[in-house]
Amino acid sequence: MSIGIVSAAYIAAAILFILSLGGLSGQESAKRAVWYGIVGMAAAVFATFFGPGMGAYVVVVLVMIVGAGIGQFLAKKVEMTEMPQLVAALHSFVGLAAVFIGYNAELEMNRVADLIAAAPASLTGTGLESWLHEQGVDGFAAKVAHKTNVELNILKVEVFLGVFIGAVTFTGSVIAFGKLAGKVTSAAKKLPGGHFLNAGAAILSLILLVIYMTTGAGWTLIVMSLLAFFIGYHLIMGIGGADMPVVVSMLNSYSGWAASAIGFSLGNDLLIVVGALVGSSGAILSYIMCKAMNRSFISVILGGFGGAAGPQMEVEGEQVAIDVDGVANALDEADSVIIVPGYGMAVAQAQQNVAELTRKLRAKGKEVRFAIHPVAGRLPGHMNVLLAEAKVPYDIVLEMDEINEDFPETDVVIVIGSNDIVNPAAQDDPNSPIAGMPVLEVWKAKQVFVSKRGQGTGYSGIENPLFYKENTRMYYGDAKDSIGALLPKID
Amino acid sequence: MKIGTPKEVEKGEARVAMTPDSARQLQKLGYECAIETGAGAQAGFADADYEAAGVEVLGSADALWSAVDIIAKVRIPTSAELDKLTADKTLITFFNPGGNTEGLEQAKAKGANVIAMEMVPRISRAQKMDALSSMANIAGYRAVIEAGNNFGRFFTGQITAAGKVPPAKVLVVGAGVAGLAAIGTSTSLGAITYAFDVRPEVAEQVESMGAEFVYLDFEEEQQDGAATGGYASVSSPEFREAQLAKFRELAPEIDIVITTALIPNREAPKLWLEDMVKAMKPGSVIVDLAAEKGGNVEGTVMDEKVVTDNGVTIIGYTDFPSRMAAQSSTLYATNIRHMMADLTPEKDGQINHNMEDDVIRGATVTYQGEITFPPPPPKVAAIAAQKKEKPKELTAEEKRAQEIAAFKAQTKSQVTLLAVGAAVMLIIGAFAPASFMQHFIVFALACFVGFQVIWNVSHSLHTPLMAVTNAISGIIILGALLQVGSGSWLVMLLSAISILIATINIVGGFMVTRRMLAMFQKS
Repeated sequence: MSIGIVSAAYIAAAILFILSLGGLSGQESAKRAVWYGIVGMAAAVFATFFGPGMGAYVVVVLVMIVGAGIGQFLAKKVEMTEMPQLVAALHSFVGLAAVFIGYNAELEMNRVADLIAAAPASLTGTGLESWLHEQGVDGFAAKVAHKTNVELNILKVEVFLGVFIGAVTFTGSVIAFGKLAGKVTSAAKKLPGGHFLNAGAAILSLILLVIYMTTGAGWTLIVMSLLAFFIGYHLIMGIGGADMPVVVSMLNSYSGWAASAIGFSLGNDLLIVVGALVGSSGAILSYIMCKAMNRSFISVILGGFGGAAGPQMEVEGEQVAIDVDGVANALDEADSVIIVPGYGMAVAQAQQNVAELTRKLRAKGKEVRFAIHPVAGRLPGHMNVLLAEAKVPYDIVLEMDEINEDFPETDVVIVIGSNDIVNPAAQDDPNSPIAGMPVLEVWKAKQVFVSKRGQGTGYSGIENPLFYKENTRMYYGDAKDSIGALLPKID
Repeated sequence: MKIGTPKEVEKGEARVAMTPDSARQLQKLGYECAIETGAGAQAGFADADYEAAGVEVLGSADALWSAVDIIAKVRIPTSAELDKLTADKTLITFFNPGGNTEGLEQAKAKGANVIAMEMVPRISRAQKMDALSSMANIAGYRAVIEAGNNFGRFFTGQITAAGKVPPAKVLVVGAGVAGLAAIGTSTSLGAITYAFDVRPEVAEQVESMGAEFVYLDFEEEQQDGAATGGYASVSSPEFREAQLAKFRELAPEIDIVITTALIPNREAPKLWLEDMVKAMKPGSVIVDLAAEKGGNVEGTVMDEKVVTDNGVTIIGYTDFPSRMAAQSSTLYATNIRHMMADLTPEKDGQINHNMEDDVIRGATVTYQGEITFPPPPPKVAAIAAQKKEKPKELTAEEKRAQEIAAFKAQTKSQVTLLAVGAAVMLIIGAFAPASFMQHFIVFALACFVGFQVIWNVSHSLHTPLMAVTNAISGIIILGALLQVGSGSWLVMLLSAISILIATINIVGGFMVTRRMLAMFQKS
């Protein structure tokens, strides 16, 4: 296949990818959009495979078959509650691939440089080119051979950058995966020295870049990778569980920038385009998540909640518990119900019972809707996917902005496993650490039931005055069991 | 300590401040109870009933006043009664401290603590001891019953074999507690009920009781009841004129008028003038619940029923609660009992006269030889103030100006961004070689497209978005594919691993996205 046809295929792939992302604006068009993405990817891989500069076909085919098998297995096996882990794991793969490809670029550069140095001095221009070709310099290596000195320097920066971002993405995603899967503690942990360690490692990497540029020593690349691995590890270790939506979006963004940097080093426009698309997508998601928590990106990365600005408001009253019959009676009398799910619902795997409850209530002619806070769960849109899995129709699942005004006209609100996102202190108490964070105003409803395991505070460790309000009743117990216990009472 | 209730000395007063039920509750607070013989007789509580409830029955008023530490009674105490107080006694009663200076002085001289039930602040916590409200509630109910008693027709409309009966039309002026009770009684009897109040914020309450609120065609900002603790206050002359004009218009159609308009510590405002009385149909009834303060109606005679020349009955009784002594005694005794509960936080039968408490402080008019009336304003407002600021209606020009300003600001920020971006591009372009610039342009455009596209992604699809971006970031496989053909075995190995994991990404990412999207269903 000629280079022209390959370029055409790349342009087609890039457009298909853009359409694929654009199609996600609606549930129905999204189903078609995935196919755009798949076709685009197939075109790109196919064109590269049969394009110039390829080799080792057997190895490639074998490896791809194995990879496809593993991918298929993972996609089929994964539970919807485990989606955050899967996403994090896939990010780490992109990061690792970027590191390897960056190393390869360095190795090729050295090889080509050695060859050119060893070439007979009589050869110039096309003669040198054909000689190199005879020496086995193909594909990427051939491109390297063409480069001028300035271009080679730029290439070095690009390689260095690609490896750096890739390495941070890799360890960061591995830790995020561990935290989400519960294999690493989800509390924010930092080594003594905190962010100065990260900053130090970053500065050291910059110094290594200078050494690399001047001497071209390969060891600098390895040492820098180790430093970047450390930064990725330490950065994500220092971020707590509820900030995970931001972290995962951020790593999503990094994986894109890593691909883009690699695209620069290889001079491959499609890689640059796709990397930029993914990078900006992750950046926007991070922005949306930060906004939903009323926190700046920097403060999330720096980890933990800032100190309170003054004494927090005293919470008056007591938490009043209620039993299953009480909740069932209230639901029986209610005309409109809003359910507010949170991470606790995912942990307890309660989504099927919640969906069943919804079906029963809807069958009785009650209006049942779901209110989703942007940062509910551990992944942007996590709750939507869980509810969709349990076959809750998506048109009754509403965003915070769409439903927040409807709470005063609602008879019953059921809060399942969420805490900070329904905390009235965010609005009432200017000294609260979450002051100003947009929250679901559930307390304005006539009655609120909170399904919760015990009396503990949320991730942020802030008391929730909602639990003490006069119209709030605490429905203690594991979310799956307590909602399950409700089902036979509603007929 | 011992709490006791004497027989009311006021003529015609049938109420009693302690019932056998309230006595039982008071005993639970640790008090001994005593009552003057015959005190409950007119309210339907015999001495035997009290004795059965463990109350000591004392033979005379003097014996009672000297035997007990706390005296609970209904009516404003007479001078002779106050004379029986001593410094260690507490008196709980209606006292009218605003218009009873001699009484205050006398109680002060005696050194006794006096709690005036009408001074209980109107806050949520004190509602259970708000005797004015419980009495007003009864008065409102009884006013409708009295009116019905003197009204020759049905309240409700009926179509009978003997002909059609139109429903009675009732106008209630003043929608306080008594007014609302009257509205409730009147509507439940089936009358068409109208209600008027100077406080527009009660319109909702009126309508919730089933009556129609009479609105005035009046532009002036009406009184906000929140400023005066939920009571009405004096209105402007213009407002009054508009109000009277409305009443004049209504008078000929109305069968029953119940006026309840009172302003604290003032004569009752005259709202139903002589010409309105004249305009009414013969047989109509007016009940003036403000008769004690001079009446809202011209022609009201206190404590009497008069019939005008044109056959309109005007009732000026002031003893409506006393006319339902059994009911009012029960409610009043309960109010007293709640007051005692607040005065006895330890439930040990000892009064803890806590002057820091808003409710107790507010109701206490003399304390340890000092007059403590009037009380400082309570810390908690009686009812929520109305929100005054309405979003200002913008004129077309103002809107236009705002739009232009917003547009200018947006343009400014966009132009700044573009200028900065262009400058950065120029700097890079000045130093970087052409081959780099080509790629860089592609990169910048792709970022731009990415930002434009991703903003439109639905929030509910953020997880599928992440999965699909995961899949397409597997495009990094191209880099590995381009390198795998290299002669170096190390390069080949690293490339092969990269191809492997990138393929996992691509296949896994796309498949899981499809799986997720297939789950999203419309109802």
